[in-house]
Amino acid sequence: MATKKLKKTGLIFFPAFDWAISPTHPEREERLLYTQDQVFEEGLLDFDNIYEYKPQIATAEDINRAHICVPDALSVVTESHLISAGGAITAAQKVLTGEVDNAFALVRPPGHHAMLVVHGARGFCNVNIEAIMIEYIRSHYGHKRIAVVDTDCHHGDGTQDIYWNDPDTLCISLHQDGRTLYPGTGFINDFGGPNALGTTINVPLPPETSDEGYLTVIDRLVLPILDEFKPDIVINSAGQDNHYSDPLTNMRVSAQGYATLNARLAPDIAVLEGGYSIERALPYTNAGIILAMAGLDYSHVREPDYNPDLLRQDASVTRTIAEEIDQVLRLWDCRRNMKKKLVGDARCMRRNKNIYYDTDGIREQQTETVRICDDCGGLVTIESFASTGNNIFAVILPSRCCPECRAEGEESYGRSKRGKYNHIYFQDRTAGIFLSK
Amino acid sequence: MIIGIDVGGTHTDAVLIDKGKVIKKTKVPTNHDRLLSSLLDATNEIADKTIIPRLERIVLSTTISTNAIVQNKIDRVGLLVASGPGLSPESINAYPDIRFLAGSINHRGREMEPLNHAEADRVVADFLSKGIKNIGIVGKFSTRNPQHEFELRKIVGDKACHVTLGHRMSGHLNFPRRIATTFLNEAICNLYQRFAGSVADFALKQGMNIPIYILKADGGAMELARSIEFPAQTILSGPAASVMGIMATTNSRVDAIALDIGGTTTDISIFADGVPLLEPFGVTIEGRKTLIRGLRTRSIGIGGDSVVALNEGNIQIGPNREGPAAALGGQFPTPTDAMIVLGLTRIGDPQKAIHSLMPIAESLHCDMQETARMIFTETCRRIASAAFQFLNEINNKPVYTIQALLTDRKIAPHSLYVVGGPAEQMAPEIERLLETEFDVCDCKTHIPVNYEIANAIGAALARTTAELTILADTERGILTIAEDGSQVSIPANFTLADTIQVCCERLREKIRHTDDFVREPEIEVIESQEFNIVDDFCTAGKNIRVKTQVKPGSIGECK
Repeated sequence: MATKKLKKTGLIFFPAFDWAISPTHPEREERLLYTQDQVFEEGLLDFDNIYEYKPQIATAEDINRAHICVPDALSVVTESHLISAGGAITAAQKVLTGEVDNAFALVRPPGHHAMLVVHGARGFCNVNIEAIMIEYIRSHYGHKRIAVVDTDCHHGDGTQDIYWNDPDTLCISLHQDGRTLYPGTGFINDFGGPNALGTTINVPLPPETSDEGYLTVIDRLVLPILDEFKPDIVINSAGQDNHYSDPLTNMRVSAQGYATLNARLAPDIAVLEGGYSIERALPYTNAGIILAMAGLDYSHVREPDYNPDLLRQDASVTRTIAEEIDQVLRLWDCRRNMKKKLVGDARCMRRNKNIYYDTDGIREQQTETVRICDDCGGLVTIESFASTGNNIFAVILPSRCCPECRAEGEESYGRSKRGKYNHIYFQDRTAGIFLSK
Repeated sequence: MIIGIDVGGTHTDAVLIDKGKVIKKTKVPTNHDRLLSSLLDATNEIADKTIIPRLERIVLSTTISTNAIVQNKIDRVGLLVASGPGLSPESINAYPDIRFLAGSINHRGREMEPLNHAEADRVVADFLSKGIKNIGIVGKFSTRNPQHEFELRKIVGDKACHVTLGHRMSGHLNFPRRIATTFLNEAICNLYQRFAGSVADFALKQGMNIPIYILKADGGAMELARSIEFPAQTILSGPAASVMGIMATTNSRVDAIALDIGGTTTDISIFADGVPLLEPFGVTIEGRKTLIRGLRTRSIGIGGDSVVALNEGNIQIGPNREGPAAALGGQFPTPTDAMIVLGLTRIGDPQKAIHSLMPIAESLHCDMQETARMIFTETCRRIASAAFQFLNEINNKPVYTIQALLTDRKIAPHSLYVVGGPAEQMAPEIERLLETEFDVCDCKTHIPVNYEIANAIGAALARTTAELTILADTERGILTIAEDGSQVSIPANFTLADTIQVCCERLREKIRHTDDFVREPEIEVIESQEFNIVDDFCTAGKNIRVKTQVKPGSIGECK
């Protein structure tokens, strides 16, 4: 393989060696231990174009730009989450200030299952580190069009939820079909809120999809859509649980597949998400991704037991994927004409959600109402009742909020009273204001 | 009584120390072609027949290894490398005779692919046919399991004149650095053996029947006999001598910045609680990153004799030196000339100094005093700025645990040690700039006594240092000592405390007979981690990692 152009790559490595959900939980201390061994032994930090940075510690203010945390931000996180989110923020800072060309936040715990409202932990995630990073970017570097390509094996339902109504944030999730894997969502017809149709894209892949299948989706679907969306920044939620040796999933991706995917997608920022084959996969997938981001030769990065013949995908899988790609592209092509049909004369639209927090065992019933608007993502109000006894109401003004949505939102928050709610929140993503009462 | 000798690039310094006092000191010019004659001259100056019987030890700091590498006067080395999957072999291409072989070991120390003995045989035969007699053998993850390195060693047998095994160089994980260190160790071993042999002869002839030590890059001392196996450890011991000299003559216990201001360069080092900091992995020489344990120093191209020039109206100092100051007959203006004009120092011809600064003064439309002041301040500012940046880098070193991130100890220097020619003139200005421009407050200047021979004092009082790395894997039931590749069986209930105990005991054994001056070496645990090994959501064992070291330090202070 000819060496591509070298890039300056920032690496924020924070393995949190003293934190775990529980001693035998997949999300535990040594998750990145063998990755560290491999990174050190390969001498990756010695390359002149690879820079290692220390993560910063995110603040409650950083979390409040992206989430409604119940009762408040610091109650739903531990230090590990603040550092993990801080690591993603540091990665973004280094890229946006031009100190590096791209950056990889190799941090834990992950975050892509954390939704807009946070009552506790689900899918090993408490807060959404990509969303916290995105809102940090917008508050510090001006409004940007951002694309998140989530290649974790599980549907990036949290990121989808936070940006469901945001026309300037494109969330593409490639994942194992929800009918066969947690969280059981992420189907093709989930296509974004009424004011943001087409900015949520889901590609559920059949079990036993291999490198070939993923790369086909990148080439035929992701890259063309990115070309049309024209993001300022591309973020890869780089979960590594599609690996053929992952204990929680049923895919057949290899380290070579990951590195090649990263090279083709060429994200500005990659953030580690899942990946629980800590000994057989992560050392190799992470080394491959770091080399690919830095523009170095990754063709020799292979798992010791790598055998492409055993990982070849079935012809039926290839067919299914091809059909899905066509289906998604058809939807994408008519995204601009859908709104009329979907909305009709309605002034607002409602979504009712039942959310289960598997890590903390909390149930939540939520109603999200979005104002139909042609000028911005639309004012969002949320009512949420959780089995913890917390009943909350939240008013969310989108980024680039139009005057009508602003006036209505401010009035709605002003009028709301604590009676049936024990917490009321106001989040203004345009002005960066967060209030609660 | 102790003798310390520093064979430097220009001078060979020697000191005789008795009960913490410098009794005699000397400086003789270094004769590079005949290092031994320099040694002899220096020793004869400070030790006569009455002294020699009273000597307890002699410590040498030599630049012979460094010079050989810098001047590329090294032997041809054949490298046998079992690289396994990962980095492309093409990225490890700075070696004329390197061969990548089949065979791989993974991060747990498990063999993933066996060696191909026929292939290895062929490569060894090829090396020998080319007249390559120095062989380096390196495997990826060999510090976790050196089996492949041992097998290759067997294949080489006694066909080579010297062989270095990669895992013996350091317990650290870093394959490209392990290759570089193995290569350097092998490339200078013949030269070094000759040197060590003549030093031993010299001592014998002088009737010195005492331990002889060589200074290592980490500021520790190593027995001459042992050093023959690890000549690479003596590379870059020059800056170490200077830093240890500052340590011995100040006997401080605080965070500090140390500056050694020379003619061409200034070396910066940092102390934490009085102990000099080490490079995280190893030193860099001639662009090669190694695993040679060494003090963390930073060298910048600014010194008393740096050429001063104007660049688009800005004063530019260094990085070149073109001979001495103008006042001493040089061609170009230098910071030393500026100091002479300002009356800070009285050397050379002040008229020549003034004359050399004239063009700069005219271009800047400033008077002579003002111009000299600007040059002097800019020189000090550049040094202060580099020291501040270095400190910042060290204070922003990545850490990998929440505990470490939240309780990260920042180095806050309270002392500024300055040695070298212009030390006394520049130190107060550097202190002032650190405070006013870089917000490093309460960093008070100290000019160590005897600083002109600090290097020899540093060598004389260097303590024996060593480190040891252990990986205990209770699932596999194996404890591996990275630095010598020995493996022992351990029970499934082996704990972190057990590992630390073994690591301290083994390190104590390792240095027990090497230093008569430290009865109880100060051993510290520098890394200790314990992880569960989980298979199918059940704990299957523990993966325990411990690293201990004997802290760099002095065996006593020196006034």
